[in-house]
Amino acid sequence: MNDLSLTVTILRFGFLILMWVMVFSVVAAMRRDLVIGRKAKVGAPTARQARRHPELVEQPAPAKAQARELVVTEGPLTGTTLELSGTPILLGRAQEATLVLEDDYASGRHARLFPQGTRWFIEDLGSTNGTYLGGTQLTRALPVELGVPVRIGKTVIELRP
Amino acid sequence: MSQLMTVAKPRRNIELLLLVLALGMGVMANALVNLNLGRTFDNDFYTQAAVLAGLSLAVHVTLRFRAKYADPVILPVTVALNGLGLAVIHRLDIVTGDTAGQRQWLWTGLAVAAAVSVLWLLKDHRVLRRYTYISLALSAFLLILPLVPGISAGDVNGATVWIKLGPFSFQPGEIAKITLAIFFAGYLSSNRDLILLAGKRLGRLQLPRIRDLGPMIVAWIASVGVLVFQHDLGTSILFFGLFMVMIYVATSRISWVFIGLVLMAVGGYAAYSIFPHVTRRIDTWIHALDPQYIGANGGSFQVVEGLFGMANGGLLGTGLGEGSPDSVPLANSDMIIASIGEELGLVGLFAVVCLYALLIGRGFRAALGTRDSFGKLLAVGLSFAFALQCFVIIGGVTRLIPLTGLTTPFLAAGGSSLLANWIIVALLLKISNAARRPAESAAKPDDQSRKEVPAS
Repeated sequence: MNDLSLTVTILRFGFLILMWVMVFSVVAAMRRDLVIGRKAKVGAPTARQARRHPELVEQPAPAKAQARELVVTEGPLTGTTLELSGTPILLGRAQEATLVLEDDYASGRHARLFPQGTRWFIEDLGSTNGTYLGGTQLTRALPVELGVPVRIGKTVIELRP
Repeated sequence: MSQLMTVAKPRRNIELLLLVLALGMGVMANALVNLNLGRTFDNDFYTQAAVLAGLSLAVHVTLRFRAKYADPVILPVTVALNGLGLAVIHRLDIVTGDTAGQRQWLWTGLAVAAAVSVLWLLKDHRVLRRYTYISLALSAFLLILPLVPGISAGDVNGATVWIKLGPFSFQPGEIAKITLAIFFAGYLSSNRDLILLAGKRLGRLQLPRIRDLGPMIVAWIASVGVLVFQHDLGTSILFFGLFMVMIYVATSRISWVFIGLVLMAVGGYAAYSIFPHVTRRIDTWIHALDPQYIGANGGSFQVVEGLFGMANGGLLGTGLGEGSPDSVPLANSDMIIASIGEELGLVGLFAVVCLYALLIGRGFRAALGTRDSFGKLLAVGLSFAFALQCFVIIGGVTRLIPLTGLTTPFLAAGGSSLLANWIIVALLLKISNAARRPAESAAKPDDQSRKEVPAS
């Protein structure tokens, strides 16, 4: 094999390699855009970008204290506390309720308090007198924030950390 | 429609870097051709390299001034494809004694000039929305032009799609591709809600109202008209596919695709039974390797020869200038993919397909990122036009589907297609600039012209 044909062969394969170098350089140039895995955070800034453009970084929301106990603040059972575990709580006069309310204005199966994610939700179970969260009557399940009074008949309960 | 968040960064330097690589590809291809075919490295070679570099730098500099945040990979990919196309056409010229290469150089210059002027003159792609109905009229005008006696170039290779003005011949249908996309994007972005909400439901399909079918009928008439009067199957498929994708993207209703496919199947079957040239195309495709069809006039000789060429190339190809792609009829336009497949092999052909995929992907990315629905639809439509063209022509050359006369974007010899495609690239660059630009300078209210939604 003489020199020229060797050069030509090298160049021939060199060209194929060059074409693929081009393809991969283009892919590398746009790799930043390919981060599409994370939900709703497409194109989240990398650590380096975050250093250069601090405005891009979203401030993480302050961690909320978890509710640990349920306290009865008004009504016949005032002062009663109930440790919250991960299980739903049935509130009412019925004997199978988790917190049996001795309250004539409460229904047998009055309301349900259940955890979802890090929050507790309250749901009215079709009671006669209704359930009030912070003064408004419940029409659907709503999250209960810490310290917001929930009125059931003459009883008022609150979640505490 | 969704919006994506990215860091606002011009990234023009990365573009310059990739551009150097792309130019290297074009120049090296040309050098290999000269080396293998025993040509000397004369002035032409250096002038051409300089011209290609000058043209791409002109676009690059324009971008620095006018569209600072445009996508950095669209231009290099385009230059790489165009450069490779020029080299392959030059290579075929040397063997056949044609002058297609010179004409391609001339048209490349014109096309880049057109792209640069679009970038300079068009301040914002949303301006085009005002010309929605003018675009429709212009498309109709452009499509009828090749049928007007006097300027019509008559029947060329079985299709009446050319006009002749003095020494220049031109394919107005290529420009109609852009104007139709502008019309569909403008119409659909204004009437999207209307089309989306009105109409009866049939099970899981929401059927559109008859009067909302208007633009679909326009698209159907345009594509059937092209097929009947101009005998151009490829363009016909392109127009209808373009519309179907744009309306699907605008409404995300699968029922439109169903209606479109039904119309297409009906039209296709009717064309197959009525028009002899379509019948011949299909038969030639199915029985391509039958000697009777290979020998026939307008038979499968072209496709079969292309297949043999690619088989000859194998995995790594024969090397530029060392195969015999010139034995395929129309090797530098319709069959340029076969020429590339023969001389650069499967490895080279796949690199080309990858470059197309990247280009189309960037177009879709611009659509995802831009904030106005007109821009989204226009970017999707234009990049899908590339995608469909690549599919139809590469599928045709590799005998996946019947071969039709669509051009391979940027590679094939043909001035009108080159001009149209560079304008499309300019529009995509403009839209991607709007997509990647920091939000505060782009936060203009849009969609004020959106019509009220009916209560029904």
